[in-house]
Amino acid sequence: MRRLNADQRHKIGMTLNGRPVEGYAVPRLLLSDFLRHELAATGTHVGCEHGVCGACTVRIDGMMARSCLTLAVQVDGAVIDTVEGLAPDAERLSVLQSAFRKHHALQCGFCTAGILMSLDTLLRDTPDADEHQIRDVLSGHLCRCTGYHTILNAAIEAAATLKKDIQDA
Amino acid sequence: MVEEASQLAMLRVEDAPLLTGRGRFFDDLPAPRGTLEAAILRSPHAHARITSMRCDAARALKGVHAVITGEDYARVASPLMVGVKLPIQCWPIARDKVRYTGEPIAVVLAEDRYIAEDALDLIEVDFDVLAPALDPLVALNDDAPVLHEEMGGNLGSERSFTYGDPEAAFAAADQVVEVSVRYPRNSCTPIETYGVLTEWNPHDQSYEVTANFQGPFSIHPVIARALNVPGNRLRLKTPEDSGGSFGVKQGVFPYIALLGACARLADRPVRWVEDRLEHLTASVSATNRAITLRAAVTATGRVTALDFDQVEDVGAYLRAPEPATLYRMHGNLCGAYDIANLSVRNRIVMTNKTPTGLNRGFGGPQLYFALERLMQRIAGTLGLDPLEVIRTNLIAAEAFPYRTASGATYDSGDYAQALERALTEGDYEALLARRDTARAEGRLYGIGLTAAVEPSVSNMGYLSTALTPAERAKAGPKNGAQSCATIAIDPVGSITVQIDSVPQGQGHKTVAAGIVAERFGLNAGDVRVVAAIDTSKDAWSIAAGNYSSRFAAASAGAVSIAADRLRQRIARIAAAQLNVTIDDIRFADGKVFSIHNPDAAVSFSRVASAAHWAPATLPEGIASPVRETAIWTAPELAAPTEDDRINSSLCHAFIFDFCGIEIDPVTCQVRIDRYVTMHDCGTILHQGMVDGQIRGAFAQAVGAALFEEYAYDEDGAFLAGTLADYPVPTIHEIPDLQILHTCSPSPLTPLGAKGVGEGNCMSTPVCIANAVADALAPAHGPLDLTLPLSPTRIAALLSAEPPAPAGQASPRKPDGKGLSGQGQARVSATPQEIWDLLMDADQLAALIPGAHGVKQLSPTRFIADVTLGVGPVKGRYRVDVGLSDLNEPHSAVLTGKANGALGSGSGTGTVTLVEDDGGTVISYSYEAAVGGKVAAVGGRLLDGAAKIVIGQFFTALGRKAGGDVPRRGLLARLRARWGASS
Repeated sequence: MRRLNADQRHKIGMTLNGRPVEGYAVPRLLLSDFLRHELAATGTHVGCEHGVCGACTVRIDGMMARSCLTLAVQVDGAVIDTVEGLAPDAERLSVLQSAFRKHHALQCGFCTAGILMSLDTLLRDTPDADEHQIRDVLSGHLCRCTGYHTILNAAIEAAATLKKDIQDA
Repeated sequence: MVEEASQLAMLRVEDAPLLTGRGRFFDDLPAPRGTLEAAILRSPHAHARITSMRCDAARALKGVHAVITGEDYARVASPLMVGVKLPIQCWPIARDKVRYTGEPIAVVLAEDRYIAEDALDLIEVDFDVLAPALDPLVALNDDAPVLHEEMGGNLGSERSFTYGDPEAAFAAADQVVEVSVRYPRNSCTPIETYGVLTEWNPHDQSYEVTANFQGPFSIHPVIARALNVPGNRLRLKTPEDSGGSFGVKQGVFPYIALLGACARLADRPVRWVEDRLEHLTASVSATNRAITLRAAVTATGRVTALDFDQVEDVGAYLRAPEPATLYRMHGNLCGAYDIANLSVRNRIVMTNKTPTGLNRGFGGPQLYFALERLMQRIAGTLGLDPLEVIRTNLIAAEAFPYRTASGATYDSGDYAQALERALTEGDYEALLARRDTARAEGRLYGIGLTAAVEPSVSNMGYLSTALTPAERAKAGPKNGAQSCATIAIDPVGSITVQIDSVPQGQGHKTVAAGIVAERFGLNAGDVRVVAAIDTSKDAWSIAAGNYSSRFAAASAGAVSIAADRLRQRIARIAAAQLNVTIDDIRFADGKVFSIHNPDAAVSFSRVASAAHWAPATLPEGIASPVRETAIWTAPELAAPTEDDRINSSLCHAFIFDFCGIEIDPVTCQVRIDRYVTMHDCGTILHQGMVDGQIRGAFAQAVGAALFEEYAYDEDGAFLAGTLADYPVPTIHEIPDLQILHTCSPSPLTPLGAKGVGEGNCMSTPVCIANAVADALAPAHGPLDLTLPLSPTRIAALLSAEPPAPAGQASPRKPDGKGLSGQGQARVSATPQEIWDLLMDADQLAALIPGAHGVKQLSPTRFIADVTLGVGPVKGRYRVDVGLSDLNEPHSAVLTGKANGALGSGSGTGTVTLVEDDGGTVISYSYEAAVGGKVAAVGGRLLDGAAKIVIGQFFTALGRKAGGDVPRRGLLARLRARWGASS
C-alpha cells in the first residue's frame, strides 16, 4: 500500500471527463476541494460536506460517489466524470440536460450538478429505468428550489427519449 | 413554427451554463493573489462571559497570517445599526460576552482553509458560563437571565395598536374564540452557503466586497457605517449566480462587516465560505413567535374583531432589518377577511439563540398559522363547516380596492370566485368523499383549508410602524419601494439590460429579456440581461434586491418603463429617417418601419446605434437612446399615518389551499394525500417560473410543517447542525400538487403582476396543520398543534407511545441531550491492582482512548488531552477530572469537565470495584451533559459513542491488568473502530 506523508503534497493523476489531468494534494484534501481548487473544475458544487445533500456527486470509475466524502488521494489513477463532461460538445446539451431545461427542473442550479451526475449514471446503467428507480436515485439529493417534481418529469422524459434512441439505433 | 418560437421563449436563458457546470457562483470566482482564507471560531455556549482568550499558539501555526478578535474588530469598525432605538450594541463578533451558540469569537486568516481550521483548535477561550434565556415568554419574566445588561431586561420593543372599536365588538360578540400557538424556528436553508470576499484599499480608505448577498440594499448603509466609511467607499458586488437564498442570504451582511475589518487589519484580501454547520447553527433563522389570537364572533361565524398578542423572538440581537418579520404583515393582519376592528400588542424579545432575519414568507407563516388555526377553531366551536366560516368572512369582490383596518390597500381580487373555482377544479367534493371512506374504515384522515393574502413589494417604511408616531417624526419619513432598471444600446445596436433584483434562480433574466425583446420586435435571445449588481456602477436604491417577491411587480415594471421610453425615442429617430409620423412606427423582426409602408424598413440596430455614431443627426429635443435608467416607485406606498395605519405592501395576491392528509396510526407519520393550491397573483409573466415558485415554496413549507426545526437544548446548545439533524424533505416527502390560477391584474404595477414567490410558505404549514387537527378531531377534539408535526409530536397527541421494553430504559434524560449510562466489566486482577492503575497518571494515559497525555496535578486531580470522534466530529478536548469520596480500593466518584473547540461537556461517574473469584468486577455509572458543536452534529450518536469509549477504556484496563478481556464479536470491533480514534 502506498504510504503518504500527512504534511506533504502528493501528485494525483486521473482521467477527468476523458482527459488526463494531474494535480497535487495533501492526504486530507477532499476530492471536492481538489476538483474545484486544484483542477479548477468548479462545476461540482459543495453543499454540506457531510454527504447528505448530494450536490457534490461525481462518477468515480463509473460509480456515483460523494466527492465531499472522498479524499483526493483515494482516486489517484481513477476515471472521474463530472458535470462538465456531460454535454456532447461545448455548444450543445445532452438529452438529460435538455429535458431539465424544458421542464424547468432547475432554478438556482446549485444542486443540479450532482443530480445530473446521479441521473446520468442511472440512465446509462439502466436505460429502461422506471419512475420508481428515478425517484430512488433522486431521493439521494436535496433541492431547495424546485420541489422535485419538475426534475422527476425531466428524468422520465429523458429516459423515454434515450430508450427510443436505443431502439431506433 | 409559432409554437416552436413560443416554446423557445419559455426556455430560460439562465439554464445552459448552469446545466453544464459553467455557473459563476461565489466560490467559482477567482480571488486576488495573496487572498487569505478565513475560518471562524464560534461560541460553544449560548450565554457566557469570555474571561480570557489565548491565540498565541494559533498565530504561531505555520501558514497562519493573523488571528482577529472582537477587540481587534472594534479598533477599525463599529457595531451594526439597530432598527429600533435600543441601548444595545450589535457587534458581528463577540467581545466580552457570547449570547448564542455559534456566535463568532475569533477569525483565523491563513493560507488555506484547512490550516485556518487547524488553528481554530489552538485558540483557548475561558468562559464563565451563564444561564441562558431561551423561551420567549420566559425570557420576559423579571427573574430571567438578561442578555444585554444595558437594557435591564430582554424586552426590545413593545407597541400596542387599536383600529376600529375592538372593545365594543368583543363586548357584543356571541362568542369569543381563542387560539394560543407557538411558531417554531426554521429556515429555508439554501444549498449554497454564504460567501464573502473583502479587500481594503488604504489609500482611498475604501472597501471592495463580493458577496452572495441578496438585498435589500437598505443593508448597504448599515455595512458602510459598521466599517466606518461613507457609502461610496463600500463597493458591494454580487456574483452572477447565487445558489438559492429564500431570504437567508440577507443574513450574510454581518460577515461582510466582520471580514471587511479583517481585510483591513491583515492588509490582505480575505475570503470566507461558510460551511454547513456554520450555516445551520449561526447564519439566520425565521423568528419563532408565541401568538395568542382572540376573535369576536357572531353565532353565524362572522368575525367582528381580532385581538393579537404577539411575542416575537428575534434571538440574541435585534439585527437589521428586524423587527421587520413582525411588521411586514402589519397592514394585512386580518388576512383575506373583512374585519374592521383590530387590536394588536407586539412585543420583541431577545433570547440566547441565533439572530433572525429574512426567510421566505417573512412573517406570513407565523401570522397565518395563528389566523387560520383560529378560523378552523371558530368552526369547531360553533359547529359550523370550516369552509362556511371562510366564505362568510372573505372580503367581497366589490370591496376592492379594499382598505384594511390596519391600513393596507388590497389592490385587486375576487376571493370568493377564486375559492369557488378551486373547489370545483380541485374537486373538493371528491376529497370529502375520500375522507368519509377513510374514516368509515377507521383511518385517521383529515382535510385542511387555508385562505391567505400574500403581500409583495414591501413598503420600505413599514418597519417604522415599530416606532411611535413621535419617534417617527424625529427619524424622518421612510416609505416607498423603488426599483431600477437600465437598458443600454451599444454601437452595433444590441441591447444590454441591467436589473436590480439579484436573483437566485428565479429566472429574472429570462423574463426581463422577454419584456425588452417584445418592445423592440427582437428575439429574446438578442437581449442580454445582467443581474449581478455592482453598487459603484449600477442603478440601485435601498429597495434593490430579491425579497418580498418584488421582481414581477416592481423590477420587471421598471424594465418595461425603461424599454417604453427608449422605444419612444428610437421610434422618433426612425420616423425622422423614414419621413413618417411616429404613431405609424412599428418594431418587428429586427426592423423598424411605418405600418403604411413595411417594405421601406430600416434595421433596428442601425436606428438604435445612430445615437453612438451620429448624435448630431438625432431629431431635436430627443434624449439620447444610448442608455436609459428607469426608477419606479409606487406612490401608494406612503409612510405610516399618525394613527399607525400602514400600507405595508403594494400588491396583495390571494391564495386558497385545501388538502387531505392521512396519519399512520403505527408510525405516526403524516402523509399528504392531495394538495390543491389556487393562486391569484395578477398577470402571469412566465407560467413555468410562476409554477416553479409555487412548487418550491410548497416543498419548503412541507418541510416546515412536518420535519424541520432549529431545535435548541435547554442549555441553549444547538441540536440541528447537519442536514441529517435538520431533515430537509427529499422527493419521497413532497407530493405532487395541483396548481390553479385565476387572474385579477394589479392596477398598481406597470405589468399588472403581483408577487407569487412566498405564498405557499405562508399558507401550506397551517393548511397541513388544520388537516392534522381535522384528522384527530373526531377522537381528540380541538388540539393545540405545534410545528413541525413530526411523528414524535403526533405520537404524543395520540398518547400512543408504547413504553420502552423492560431492560431497555432510554439512556437519555427526557428533557435534554444529557447522557447517562451504566455497565459492568470483569477483569482478572485484584481490586487493589485496578485501584493503583486508576490512580497512576502514566498508566491512565495508556488506557484512555485517544489520550495524548495525562498530567496528575494532585493525588485526586488529573488533566488529559484527548482526541475523540463522534460521528463526523473529531476533535481535541482538555479533560479535567477530579476524584472524590475515595474508598480505597472499593469505590470512587469522578467529576469531570471537558472543553474543546468542538464543544464542552461535564459529568459525574461512580466506579465500584468488587472482588470476584480472584478477579474484579468493575461497575460504573455516569451522567453527563454536552454542548457546542458536538451536540449540534452528533446528538443522535452521542449515547452510542459514550458507551463505546467507556467500553474501550475498560477493555484496555482489563488488558493492562493482565485480565481476560471479553472476546468481542466482529460487530463490536467495528463499532469500537467507528466510535473513537485510537
